[in-house]
Amino acid sequence: MTLSASELSIGQARTAVLVEDLKRTQLVQYAGASGDYNPLHHDELYTREVAGYPGVFAHGMLTMGITGKLLTDWVGDGNLANYGVRFVNQVWPGDTLTGTAEVTAIREENGEHFVDLSITTTNQDGAPVVTGTATAHINA
Amino acid sequence: MPTDRFPVEASHIMMFARSVGDDNPIYHDAEHAAATETGHIIAPPTFPQAHAQFNPTYRLRPQVGKPWFGSGATPTGVKKTSEVSSGGGGGLHAEQHFEYHRHLKPGDELTLTVRSGETWEKQSKRAGTLTFSETITEFRDQDGKLVITARGVGVRTEKPVEN
Repeated sequence: MTLSASELSIGQARTAVLVEDLKRTQLVQYAGASGDYNPLHHDELYTREVAGYPGVFAHGMLTMGITGKLLTDWVGDGNLANYGVRFVNQVWPGDTLTGTAEVTAIREENGEHFVDLSITTTNQDGAPVVTGTATAHINA
Repeated sequence: MPTDRFPVEASHIMMFARSVGDDNPIYHDAEHAAATETGHIIAPPTFPQAHAQFNPTYRLRPQVGKPWFGSGATPTGVKKTSEVSSGGGGGLHAEQHFEYHRHLKPGDELTLTVRSGETWEKQSKRAGTLTFSETITEFRDQDGKLVITARGVGVRTEKPVEN
């Protein structure tokens, strides 16, 4: 459902556990759906011996996609006007990710109403993995 | 720059939503979707990135008859080149931004226009010199209307990111 300005306030936040104990299979699932078959995300041998990482890690876009559910579950289907993130730390199999979205502005532009959100997804150690912002259409 | 065609299909949306762990029926159940505010199945917010499936020369998908840089009998199927891996670090995704002029739905026939944006460098303790480059992708629908604007930032690292 589309949110209304009257039910929102600056600083209001929503937190959710987005994935627990991330599985390698989900990385493979995301590779198949997105079409990004970079071996860094499924090929342990390549990733350790050629790329020099301790093991396979998640596509940044998987973490962005997982985080997107936090937003759409809050602002309602089809209401996002923009969504952007920076990938600040890698996400590894076994990670548990928690996302928080917080209202930073409630505003009107050319007769349309919007809520601006800041977004942070952290791992089980409290380190941010993605940070970003989103804007959604709301009702007056 | 190349222009790609991207047909938006219901089963692709369903598989993509599953892969990001989103079981919202708006992404797979047409009957449910018909009774919602949107009135039809839509694609999840990061689905536009799946346009890679329709890029005929996408570098991160094995191409028939061409060497692939992932492992087989040996850790990589190609000789190490600067294009594949710069000092072992290779390319990573630094930022991604989407503007939704409207949300995608099954049956959309999108045309993509891709252009390069800015490039810049930064020093990093964890990965050496970082070279950032921006790509802007405009997704237009079957009526020629701009539906999604995407801005991606890639980064090539001098060495693998230390953890």
